Amino acid sequence: MLRLIGNRIATSIPLLLIVTLIVFVLQAFVPGDAARTILGENANPQTVAALREQLGLNEPLVSRYGDWLAGALHGDLGTSIISGVDVMSSLDTRLGVTLSLLVPSMLLSAVAGIALGFASAVRGGFLGRVIDVVSLLGFALPSFWIALLLVAALAERANLLPATGYTPFAESPGDWLRSIVLPVIALSLHGITAVAKQTRDSVAEVLEADYVRFLRANGVGTTSLLLRHVLRNAAIPVVTSLGLVSIGMLSGAVFIENVFVLPGLGTLATQATLDHDVPVILGVGVVLTLAVIVVNLLIDIAYGLLNPKVRAA
Amino acid sequence: MTTTAPETPTALPAAADAHRGILRSVLRTPRGSIAGGFLLLLILATLLAPVLAPADPLRQNLHHVLETPSSRYWLGTDSLGRDLLSRLLYGGRPALAGVLEGVLAQLVVAVPLGVATGYLGGRFDRFVMRVCDIVMSVPTIVILLGVLTIFDRSIAAAMITLGVLSAAGTLRVVRGAAMTVRQELYVSAAELLGLGRVQIIFRHILPRCRGVIIVQTSLFAAVAIGIQTGLTFLGLGPPPPSPTWGGMINESAVTLSRAPWLLVPAGGLIALTVLAFGILGDVVRDVTAQSHTSSGGLRARPASGRRAPEAPVEVPGSEAEAPVLLRVRDLDVSFLTPHGEREVLTKVGFDVRAGRTLGLVGESGSGKSVTARAVLGLLEANGAVTGGSVRFRGRELTRASRKELAAIRGTGIALISQEPMVALDPSFRIGAQLGEVVRAHTRMSRGAARRRVLELLEMVELPDPEEIVTRYPFQISGGMAQRVAIAAALAGSPELLIADEPTTALDVTVQADILALLRRIQADTGMAVLIVTHDWGVVADICSDVAVMYAGQVVESAPVEDVFARPSHPYTAALMAAGPEHAPRRTPIKAVEGTVPPPGDRPAGCRFRTRCPLAEADCAEQEIPLLPVGEHRTSRCIHTAHLEARR
Repeated sequence: MLRLIGNRIATSIPLLLIVTLIVFVLQAFVPGDAARTILGENANPQTVAALREQLGLNEPLVSRYGDWLAGALHGDLGTSIISGVDVMSSLDTRLGVTLSLLVPSMLLSAVAGIALGFASAVRGGFLGRVIDVVSLLGFALPSFWIALLLVAALAERANLLPATGYTPFAESPGDWLRSIVLPVIALSLHGITAVAKQTRDSVAEVLEADYVRFLRANGVGTTSLLLRHVLRNAAIPVVTSLGLVSIGMLSGAVFIENVFVLPGLGTLATQATLDHDVPVILGVGVVLTLAVIVVNLLIDIAYGLLNPKVRAA
Repeated sequence: MTTTAPETPTALPAAADAHRGILRSVLRTPRGSIAGGFLLLLILATLLAPVLAPADPLRQNLHHVLETPSSRYWLGTDSLGRDLLSRLLYGGRPALAGVLEGVLAQLVVAVPLGVATGYLGGRFDRFVMRVCDIVMSVPTIVILLGVLTIFDRSIAAAMITLGVLSAAGTLRVVRGAAMTVRQELYVSAAELLGLGRVQIIFRHILPRCRGVIIVQTSLFAAVAIGIQTGLTFLGLGPPPPSPTWGGMINESAVTLSRAPWLLVPAGGLIALTVLAFGILGDVVRDVTAQSHTSSGGLRARPASGRRAPEAPVEVPGSEAEAPVLLRVRDLDVSFLTPHGEREVLTKVGFDVRAGRTLGLVGESGSGKSVTARAVLGLLEANGAVTGGSVRFRGRELTRASRKELAAIRGTGIALISQEPMVALDPSFRIGAQLGEVVRAHTRMSRGAARRRVLELLEMVELPDPEEIVTRYPFQISGGMAQRVAIAAALAGSPELLIADEPTTALDVTVQADILALLRRIQADTGMAVLIVTHDWGVVADICSDVAVMYAGQVVESAPVEDVFARPSHPYTAALMAAGPEHAPRRTPIKAVEGTVPPPGDRPAGCRFRTRCPLAEADCAEQEIPLLPVGEHRTSRCIHTAHLEARR
């Protein structure tokens, strides 16, 4: 178990390096460079040269990456080349918004997905068909499109919830809740159906397992069979799908934040992309990669708790 | 945007299919032809956009803004009065181009590396897999935004990057397929014949991987369309006013409250395109999968349409001895299969007497295990008892409620099964599982339950019970697992134990121990046993009575000594031809010429006649009833006299 966690952490470091290195190395392929893109095609060559000097673009790529890495290790991710704001502090203010979106969406996907999938495997029939149709729609329709539909129906028409904007929890918990309801629903719809489908398939398979028949044949009651034995043994593939869904949500959050104009990491990254603001993109990349690492670590721990073979090893 | 997990196909493409041409097989299915046709139309329509589009996609007409569909604007107009249909057609070009770029990038990386790692293996393989692990956890969106930060609005660069990143999943699937092909005989043969590696890859490996490659490509295309529209939705693609699908959705957001219709055309077309790619992938997987698992369509069916019972055949002298504990009469069981309803058991009947052991004997496919499960009401979800009766101590079980059945399981009738290693829940310690079974029968404290568990483990002669209870099922041997299973079955002090091939999966030496244990427990407790077996050695060892099954019927039942002395059905005789005195004990029954006909393919009249040496014309004329052939004996044969004559 400990070895598993250690192993995961050991592979996380190359992951962080690879993600940031890719962005760095790509810069070498660009015709022109950041200074030119910032100032535009018609800029005065001297101004461009000065900016290039200021941004350190004359240094070789390797030493620039080394500098960035050394800074990052000390908590300094540089400053935005557009606004001059410290990247670390703008990540800090925006992380809360993105987490307010991600954490409830992940929890909702887990709870609602497992409950729906379990119910449809045990009861079958109508609920299963509803899940099939909704998950087909969730697969086919982009999440931002579903988000706009929710806005059109629930915010614009019925005027039940705010269509855009974000209220921090500290300011007003009630308004915070109202501001995240629609984004969370839009973000988790795909997750709920994906987890529900996996749970249903996995539970249905365990229900046919020899040990379920054996325990039932020898007198173990239905409630204990379902809640202890079936749920426990069906859990591992469900945890895997929860992990994939959670990592997918990191991407989904970028789109959903843009639809609802939430001041999170997603909108920050989108703006930085349009502005060619490499330090900011690198900063967001570090945070999202760390998020992937945390999710994977949680999944590994869940595997360890669920699978006695891993725990015993 | 969604990132779907690349699914690993469970089966390999069949060689025959690969040669027949996947495309033709796909287009022959309705789903495949619809999805393929739609995609073909879409590609043609976008290519021919300059010819087909009713208007210039950029031409504004401020007199006709936000219109709903009309004969002039088939799909309506946007906030600048531009024709939506024309914009959709032109917007399809970058969308499909993006998919193509991504697909090509993915194939270029995944196919050569996948085939090479799968075929060559070794250190190279381990290194590539390690890199794949890392790449698969890279958050795709970060890299894509990074690419777009540097390559200004270049969706092509983003899609190529997406293709390379997604190649890790495809690479694994291709590698898996290549590994399986590599182990096949004809590839080894080709290697022995001195064919070079490159030739083997192109001649044998690649053609067999074609199926999985197409499946992966279609599923990737579905994801790629989602990403392309997502990036253009964020405004990272070609700048306005050039039409893109994502951009059109973004533009519709501004006027959402006034003109919700605007969401529909672009969203609908994206959804249809994603679905078409997804369905195409599914269909190719189905077409190329070797074993088509179709149990998904099966449904449980109510036990209805009971038929009138066959006239009861009372075995002469049957009431004389120990009371009948379990009486099965005219039991019909059907399964709902993809090919329709199949009757698996037909009018099965036998008695198990208190304290005695009945052996249900037959080849595989004869219906003996289904009979054992049907007695306990534990058929698979697609099976149902359609007629007849199962009476335990005079109580009808086929019509018993769930609750009544639950009360009988374990305390009245208990079960041990063929595969002891899978009969125990892998996630719980042995002590916890046994404790649960014990407490299911009698309310008691945890401490008392623990003492009872240790007592049971001693009863089944397991050394060191204190240690066994702390182990998980995967930490004990098959023989030990069967003893634990027997302990669980004994927990409720059952009157009848159903043992479904209890020794088949075990080593020969362990088999004898388990049978000895069952005999001893039976002597101590006086419980009756119904044992399912195909092994005459087991029958000779433990049974007092025998019921021989063939193709879903009981064809002979008799006390064990009589069967061994003088079989009264040609099937029994054939089964015994290589029987206990000629063959080593406890070896599987020597195959009788031919196989048991599957349900739905059984001959009319006597079901054994197609394999029977005594068959005559009258065997086909009618269903053969069970006929008394002496004291305590019945046989489903009208020519038993001939059998006597041949001896």
